Amino acid sequence: MSIFINEKTPVIVQGITGRIGSFHAEDMIKYGTNVVGGVTPGKGGTTHLGKPVFNTVQEAVAATGAEATITFVPPAYAADGIMEAAEAGIKFCVNITDGIPTQDMIRVKRYINSAKPADRMILTGPNCAGTISPGKAMLGIMPGHIYKQGNVGLIGRSGTLGYEAASQMKELGIGISTSVGIGGDPINGSSFTEILKYFEQDDETHAIMIIGEIGGPQEAEAAEYFKNHMTKPVAAYIAGLTAPPGRTMGHAGAIVNSAGESAAEKVEILQEAGIMVSPTPSEMGTTMQALLKGM
Amino acid sequence: MNIHEYQAKKVLAKYGVPVPKGGVAHSATEAIYQANELGGDKWIVKAQLHSGARGKAGGVKLCTSHQEIADLCDKLLGNNLVTHQTGPEGKMVSSMYVEEASDIARELYFSIVLDRATQRVTLIASTEGGMDIEAVAEEAPEKIFTITIDPAVGMQPFQARQLAFSLNLPNVAIAAATKAVMACYRCLRDTDANQLEINPLILTADNKILALDAKMGFDDNALYRQPEISECRDKTQEDPREINAAEHDLSYIGLDGNIGCMINGAGLAMATMDMIQHSGGQPANFLDIGGGASPERVATAIELVLSDTSVEALLVNIFAGINRCDWVAQGIVDLLNKRDIDVPFVVRLSGTNVEEGQRILRESGKKVITADTLADAATKVVEAWKEATGK
Repeated sequence: MSIFINEKTPVIVQGITGRIGSFHAEDMIKYGTNVVGGVTPGKGGTTHLGKPVFNTVQEAVAATGAEATITFVPPAYAADGIMEAAEAGIKFCVNITDGIPTQDMIRVKRYINSAKPADRMILTGPNCAGTISPGKAMLGIMPGHIYKQGNVGLIGRSGTLGYEAASQMKELGIGISTSVGIGGDPINGSSFTEILKYFEQDDETHAIMIIGEIGGPQEAEAAEYFKNHMTKPVAAYIAGLTAPPGRTMGHAGAIVNSAGESAAEKVEILQEAGIMVSPTPSEMGTTMQALLKGM
Repeated sequence: MNIHEYQAKKVLAKYGVPVPKGGVAHSATEAIYQANELGGDKWIVKAQLHSGARGKAGGVKLCTSHQEIADLCDKLLGNNLVTHQTGPEGKMVSSMYVEEASDIARELYFSIVLDRATQRVTLIASTEGGMDIEAVAEEAPEKIFTITIDPAVGMQPFQARQLAFSLNLPNVAIAAATKAVMACYRCLRDTDANQLEINPLILTADNKILALDAKMGFDDNALYRQPEISECRDKTQEDPREINAAEHDLSYIGLDGNIGCMINGAGLAMATMDMIQHSGGQPANFLDIGGGASPERVATAIELVLSDTSVEALLVNIFAGINRCDWVAQGIVDLLNKRDIDVPFVVRLSGTNVEEGQRILRESGKKVITADTLADAATKVVEAWKEATGK
């Protein structure tokens, strides 16, 4: 098992005929992802990369039985694209778009959460590198070859820092069940805690690493959840010890505005909960190795 | 993006929030003209810069004569004012705001923020106006009242009324306070603001509600659909290095250290800065070149880092996914063919097309120190910096 996606999951690509969507769709197909079609309004009925293109997500789902989507939609239209996927019955959605207005995301969350929990679409991102279940399927823009298949679940805000962690682990022979990018925006589709719940239930995942950064309450919430509800061990790294307060560090959500949001405070909260924290970004692999040895 | 107090008050007034009468001035003469327009014999004159805590720093004064107004303007305009929020260099006072003085009966606190825990807009009010709200939250949390807004229906009048009553306002002022709170919410929603703070919101001696100060911040990602707000941008309040970077669509933040860095990805950039500090150095900047960077873009970004005269060593750290190591290497070599870089220069490449990138660097014969891992890169750049500077 892995979480969210495997080699069988039927996937569509929203924005498949665009330059960026097309480039990554090709990469995902090469990796082995079961891409069954794409959506570009106005290009329905054509084919692209050998896959059928539909005008709406609803048509695509009806024709292909798609369960997951990856959306490459420009910021001004991205919220609309996500809600369209939720309404069409998609179960898992990755949104890559960087730059979606915050108020749009507030509405998206409200819209998604208005569905009954059993029918609710899981959204990851925006502003993330995507999700990969190594050796099975890739729904994202990451270099697939740096991930080794295995039993560690990875959750991160940052794309490239997630690559760093995955490749450090690969060097040490540690593989990954699924790596989930939750994105660097102030409002995420899914939080660390929401993804931890799935890893806790997944037989193939034996330990989890979360890669956080300055800003927001999510790492502290994850620490609380770990303490009260998890049986599997968790390691963490938090970026931004040198980040000055009140400045947005690239990611729209990476800003220290109030108490508890700095890297040092988050490290303390995680450690108090019993999570092993990697002291530097170059020790994410060895920290996971130590955690696995202790099991 | 932040805007000045006088701009925020103008935006708020448009939505029906009551603000004192006032006028902006860019010279002492203009300030006296504004005072004459307002009439009366006392005025509040306030330095306009993107910072709170201006009063304590001497940027706000009650003036009772034209001479006093002129003296304050001459002293502050065009100079940097240091507040406890600006850092030691301070920020330039780009204009002065001359306002009619108000007769204050009570000072209240009011703000609207995006609450990341509930992922909704939250209104915060307190009877303790004029104070730092975080201090009130710590010492007397019972004096803080909050309301969360359902984005599907927006703020409802009963919520504004609850908030007004929670502030123990006299009955005669409740309707005006309710209206002002609703107007603030509409303003935040319609202008894509992500922060609005009125501290203090006052009750006047004749029971009127007035926004005596106003601070607004806006969602950068939404500026494309807020042309009027975008026009309020004041570049004198920003680091010139950051303005230059923004013109090249690069995410850059100037810091106080000596080791310049160019990295792809915000998280990796922060982590690399942390690694530099861990290895005994201090980063001079944060710089994320983003994805798909061409050789030209790489060269531009490095030149930008080097334009900061405090940079005494340079680190490039790339973990390429949608970037290409060969393009990054080519950008570095192209730049070195054009100009000398006389500080130690460490490059770590990883990910897509890494062999090709390393080959380009090696065969160029340029003086570049290469590193394989993040730890190796940070150690090498700090060592080279120490050796070169004797620090």
